[in-house]
Amino acid sequence: MVIENLQIDKEYLDSLPREEKKVWDILENVKDPEIPTMSVIDMGILRDIIVNENSIEVIVTPTYSGCPAIQVINDDIRKELKKYYTCDIILTHRLSPAWTTDWMTEGAKGRLLESQISPPVGNSSDSLFNVINENPIIMCPHCKSKDTTMISFFGTTACKSLYHCNNCEMPFDYFKCH
Amino acid sequence: MNFENNPNKNLIEYCLRLADDRLILGQRLAELCGHAPMLEEDIAITNTSLDLIGQATSIYEYAAELMNDGKTADDLVFFRGERHFKNVLLSEQDNTDFAYITIRQFLFDSFDLLFQRELSKSSDERLSSIAAKSYKESLYHFRHTKLWVLRLGDGTEESNAKINDALEYLWMYSGELFEMDEVSKSLVISNTAPNLDLLKSEWLELVNIILTEANLPKQTLDTFMQTGGRNGRHTEYLGHILAEMQYIPRAYPNSQW
Repeated sequence: MVIENLQIDKEYLDSLPREEKKVWDILENVKDPEIPTMSVIDMGILRDIIVNENSIEVIVTPTYSGCPAIQVINDDIRKELKKYYTCDIILTHRLSPAWTTDWMTEGAKGRLLESQISPPVGNSSDSLFNVINENPIIMCPHCKSKDTTMISFFGTTACKSLYHCNNCEMPFDYFKCH
Repeated sequence: MNFENNPNKNLIEYCLRLADDRLILGQRLAELCGHAPMLEEDIAITNTSLDLIGQATSIYEYAAELMNDGKTADDLVFFRGERHFKNVLLSEQDNTDFAYITIRQFLFDSFDLLFQRELSKSSDERLSSIAAKSYKESLYHFRHTKLWVLRLGDGTEESNAKINDALEYLWMYSGELFEMDEVSKSLVISNTAPNLDLLKSEWLELVNIILTEANLPKQTLDTFMQTGGRNGRHTEYLGHILAEMQYIPRAYPNSQW
């Protein structure tokens, strides 16, 4: 059972029973269709795996209510597991606790930066109260300058904002702290 | 779609209201895809639309489970007629111009921000978890429309005049957001639904602070207010929205992707 706000990191995965760990390892291959360098584990979307005698239950928490990627993610998880298992694959959506970028590991944030997406800054519980009035300082993923301006709060996907770097003049995506 | 004999009929009715508000407003915003005044706004409007339709989906799925008669969320969306939709009239109002779009969204988002915060405390676990997720999204929506109200109200003489017109016209649709009847009152008693009377003054203060900052006149809730949406009596706009939204599944019933 995953407890609230727990990051799924290496230590947690190593503590799991062998059968469950195997499923987690397989699902590392399922990428977020909108950010293909990130796995569903990196994103914190994959919350829990329950291995039963005749089925495997995969528990997923969607990012945003209207995230169009969720159907593709479900299909990809099923497809990937079907390569290794003949038993039933059950996909369960868990809404509570609501998905948060706090579940992203530092490794995952590093991979976001490598994909030239500026990773979320700060903790969601602090930032939620500030979202109406304040903008955090965001680093440009290209030249690492902190002299950047927000172009649009809503970006290419629901989870990102669009920024512009005043130093290298490049536009870039910022993954909102949510 | 009859659920009069269902033991959860009040909760089902309540869910349909919440979901219809979001679906219809989401559909209205989706019409603007490719038509917003600038690219960034196009993205923002369609993002908001996606959030609202996603929230509606979660609530329709819950309603369909409660109805427990084989109906799905899709049936609720595509095979109900106008009189069975229970959305507030505000959500179906026309995309007259960008000022109307902004004010319609501002009135809804400011209400939704407070509403979702309260609904996330619901004793109904399913509604509270949907609301907790929606609350985070409503913060983004509100932040966005608030900035536009300020920009247009405090912009040029023309933008101020236009948004003032929109506010003057759409204000009479704001009262319906706070309507309570037997259905909602019974759910307030069981702590399933928030008591909207308790949100009125906080909402009005929030709205008036922003209107004042935007050089727009302060509003009160004791003026003439439109009503009817919760009973299925709609303005002329809803039929057109449904005609477009329901055309394909009604023309080709039971077809699958």
